[in-house]
Amino acid sequence: MDMKTLYLLVPLAPLLGSVVAGLFGRIIGRTGAHVVTILGVLVSFIASVVVFRDVEAGNTFNGAVYTWLQSGGLDIQIGFLIDRLTVMMMLVVTFVSLMVHVYTIGYMAEDPGYQRFFSYISLFTFSMLMLVMSNNFLQLFFGWEAVGLVSYLLIGFWFTRPTAIYANLKAFMVNRVGDFGFLLGIGLIAAYAGSLDYATVFARKEELATLIFQGTNWSLITVICICLFIGAMGKSAQVPLHVWLPDSMEGPTPISALIHAATMVTAGIFMVTRMSPLFELSDTALSFVLVIGATTALFMGLLGLIQNDIKRVVAYSTLSQLGYMTVALGVSAYSAAVFHLMTHAFFKALLFLGAGSVIIGMHHDQDMRNMGGLAKYMPITWITSLVGSLALIGFPFFAGFYSKDSIIEAVQASHITGAGYAYFCVIAGVFVTAFYSFRMYFMVFHGEERFGRDQHGHHGDHAEEEATADHHHGLAPGQKPHETPWVVWLPLVLLAIPSVGIGFLTIAPMLHGDWFGPAVFINHELHPAMEELSHEFHGPMAMALHGFVSLPFFLAMAGVALSWFFYLKKPEIPAAIARTFHPLYVLFDNKYYFDKFNEVFFAAGSRLLGRGLWKAGDQVLIDGLVVNGSARAVGWMGAASRMLQSGHLYQYAFSMIIGVFFLLTLWFNRA
Amino acid sequence: MLNQFVAPDLYPAAPEIFLLAMACVILFVDLLASQRRWITPFLSVASLVGAALLTVLTASEFSVLTFSNTYINDALSSFLKLLTYLSVATALIYGRGYLRERNLDKGEYYLLALFATLGMMVMISANHFLVMYLGIELLSLSLYAMVAMDRESVRATEAAMKYFVLGALASGLLLYGMSMVYGATGSLEISVVAQALEQGAVNKTVLVFGLVFLVSGIAFKLGVVPFHMWIPDVYHGAPTSVTLFIGSAPKLAGYALAIRFLVSGLLDLAVHWQTMLLILAVFSIVLGNLAAIAQTNIKRMLAYSTISHMGFMLLALTAGVQGGNTTLAFPAYITALYYVVAYVLMALASFGMIILLSRKGFEAEELEDFKGLNKRSPWFALMMLILMFSLAGIPFFIGFWAKFAVLTVVVASGKVAVAVFAVIMSLIGAFYYLRVVKCMYFDSPRDMTPIQAGADLRILLSINSLAVALLGVFPQKVIFLCQYVLVRTF
Repeated sequence: MDMKTLYLLVPLAPLLGSVVAGLFGRIIGRTGAHVVTILGVLVSFIASVVVFRDVEAGNTFNGAVYTWLQSGGLDIQIGFLIDRLTVMMMLVVTFVSLMVHVYTIGYMAEDPGYQRFFSYISLFTFSMLMLVMSNNFLQLFFGWEAVGLVSYLLIGFWFTRPTAIYANLKAFMVNRVGDFGFLLGIGLIAAYAGSLDYATVFARKEELATLIFQGTNWSLITVICICLFIGAMGKSAQVPLHVWLPDSMEGPTPISALIHAATMVTAGIFMVTRMSPLFELSDTALSFVLVIGATTALFMGLLGLIQNDIKRVVAYSTLSQLGYMTVALGVSAYSAAVFHLMTHAFFKALLFLGAGSVIIGMHHDQDMRNMGGLAKYMPITWITSLVGSLALIGFPFFAGFYSKDSIIEAVQASHITGAGYAYFCVIAGVFVTAFYSFRMYFMVFHGEERFGRDQHGHHGDHAEEEATADHHHGLAPGQKPHETPWVVWLPLVLLAIPSVGIGFLTIAPMLHGDWFGPAVFINHELHPAMEELSHEFHGPMAMALHGFVSLPFFLAMAGVALSWFFYLKKPEIPAAIARTFHPLYVLFDNKYYFDKFNEVFFAAGSRLLGRGLWKAGDQVLIDGLVVNGSARAVGWMGAASRMLQSGHLYQYAFSMIIGVFFLLTLWFNRA
Repeated sequence: MLNQFVAPDLYPAAPEIFLLAMACVILFVDLLASQRRWITPFLSVASLVGAALLTVLTASEFSVLTFSNTYINDALSSFLKLLTYLSVATALIYGRGYLRERNLDKGEYYLLALFATLGMMVMISANHFLVMYLGIELLSLSLYAMVAMDRESVRATEAAMKYFVLGALASGLLLYGMSMVYGATGSLEISVVAQALEQGAVNKTVLVFGLVFLVSGIAFKLGVVPFHMWIPDVYHGAPTSVTLFIGSAPKLAGYALAIRFLVSGLLDLAVHWQTMLLILAVFSIVLGNLAAIAQTNIKRMLAYSTISHMGFMLLALTAGVQGGNTTLAFPAYITALYYVVAYVLMALASFGMIILLSRKGFEAEELEDFKGLNKRSPWFALMMLILMFSLAGIPFFIGFWAKFAVLTVVVASGKVAVAVFAVIMSLIGAFYYLRVVKCMYFDSPRDMTPIQAGADLRILLSINSLAVALLGVFPQKVIFLCQYVLVRTF
């Protein structure tokens, strides 16, 4: 098959599945819907593998597959850029998506919106693939908005719950803020580089670097990069645009795994990596990226310490890990960022799906205080979750170890402004990560069996939200949790494999072997961190063994030990600590008051502004003067022209004669 | 003299000859088989298909002249003819049920339609002023009769009468203009006229005097201000199936008329005719949009909308030449062609919707009849929504790209003020299209009678409307086609 056709097949197969499941869902039924969408994603995955092998053979591609519009100077094309960065993303997206598709069969088995759900996740896969395969900013933006839209639809999937609607609205609005910056960045690029094609823009980067932003003395490239990064902050949930991600857990768990952990939220990381030739030109922008990322990595991790909803713990850990990736971007370790993106996609999807499996086993109870001792009842979920947790805390040999340690070392080796602060954040983050991960692990799988008793808050933090008619919640007294069906645990096992091994296998080429080639650009003279790292790298085995005697390892072990002590040994301690450090606990519990601030400042403020504009601008100026005024004028003219159409033939003929006469006089007076 | 006679090459005109022969055959068949009502429509559509095949067969890469250079077969003629068959056939299929319910489905209707088609084909292929005139007359005479088909309707008879008188006046203007051209250049063959102009030994004053009349004649055919008066009355008065016919294919012939006369023949006078067309276009866009707002009858509303759309099409023609610089000529004429193709597609479906909602003894031609259509038939409400959005020029429907392309060439030709004006006017125009949408979706229906149209109409109309939407999502193909055709032609 022609490679171009194959490239097209990758995004179009899931789209087809989505369309069929969405439009003909009622006809093909539940089985039909999952068969057709899974088939679509499977085809897409296999095609991605073929493309991967082709790229490995050295065939990259950059060109248009379809000219959508050509008009004057404007030339809008649908084009693909297939290089190693793209193909890696394609593999991750299609693989995780495939796992999630299979998993959904089990998770959504009782849901009336079964077909709709499959249609949405396939549509998401299509959009995400369009995003990563794009070779121009316009298509990137299309994919960017499309994944945002599907995310919005899926967070509000259970649209009868008011909290789900609130959460999806919030996600949409916060993303608008980010997208606004993103669009400004794209607009600036279009204005100054005169093109939206990646290759053309990158070819003109030296030119761009010398320009200043009109009317100021800011460097243009810095403004562009910061604008683009604001877009990434929205999508990848970086402080202060992170507030939507924890709430997005209102959506069904499979999409939390696919969209809000493994793929969509990493779009920002991918985008910055793609734009590395531009970001490399501005140290200011890189420092900005670094500080934002470091803040997110540590402070969002801290919030994970006190959550009781199992999904929220994983959500905060996702925020924190996204922070790690952003930190890597800030120190020009793009390949490390993308490497962590990949390993994270596997182990975080695993953790989320594991959490989902626990939720199924617990009959849709998400509160960890009602769990405990599940290891006995759900052995596969237990083992795979342990693997995921070890990968997350960066235990040597596990996938997360290689990516996370590389990031930490890269930060250590960097000399860019803000690197010191960032180093503190990421190293402290290791301890925090280990603590909350194993807090969750111990609370869920070990210790006293707390289910079936008089339950905490009934269904966790979100009791009232969970109360939909089609979900029965929690275990009845005496009822035991059970292992989930194979469609649920099989994806867990399949995801556990890369969570263990992918780091060991791929670190050498991806991080230190220039595997990405020209897809990632680093100015080694100014930002030598990655180069220094490669000098010290002596193979994955040596790195792992050295990992056992490094500071991050001790911190991680300390975190694990402390959580064991707190939650298994002496469960009364956490409550005592919460009492002692009450102000801190309140601060965490209110998530640093970001939501309150937004609500009071932005939401109320903009409502006030809106009302003012409405009264003064809309009612008086627009409605009164412009709309009604011009409507009156138009209406009057319309009536007048109607009068002209009298129906009298002689008047019509007269009008024609007048017309000829008018033209004649006009021309012969001039001549 | 006799020995100099050379038999003309009939091959390039094969489709016309075939259609004429078929029309005569159908005349007889209709007489003999007057009990079998389906035969005539069937044969008519079949003849159009046959003509289409012949057109494809006789199409050539180069321009071929015949009948002593009075007749031309080139890419443009083949393209426009194919579109004409398509739109005529569509119009016939849309109109069949409507006519049957009103006992108007006599053989004459189909025959007149075929003769009108023949007239359009002659217009499209004319390489001579008089041949063009013949085509126009053949088309017009057939149309007058078609408008008057419903003899019992006072409105239809009145409309036909007005159309006839004004059409005769316009023909007079056109002939007068031609005589001036003949006087100035000594020929009526379009290419010879163009050559004479190039050589420069012509009386420009006489020529420009003639040009005013020619432009007036063209303006009448297209129905632009102030030669538009017939449009609302005829569109309103004629049976809807006839309105549908008049409102679609003849616009293609009108484009051919303008291109053959003004571009092929009188390009040297572009400075003059562009300004004339600009004035007419501006007036049309103003009047068309404003007057449409005051209409409550949807046929009348669409009539005024036609006026403004034709004004838009003319705007594109005014952008071709700037002070001897013809770099924009191709984009401008391609754009005009694209616009007219897009318009015909939308017009067919819009009038088709009126036919769809009509039934025996009921004409769904008032705006009120569209109220609550969404409750009666969500599917066709959606189709109408597509059409109205497209006519209003809302992205991303074909109408948007057509307007966008026109504005692009107008701006490129330096007439920014005109472009801004046109945008403001189409914004005002969007009001009356959206009003239809509002009626369909937000008002409650006046009656809940189910739609009674046949399956052929339903399916074809859906395809037609979806084409408006799909060609808006993928606009490139049609633009490329128009480009291809015009580059091959000139």
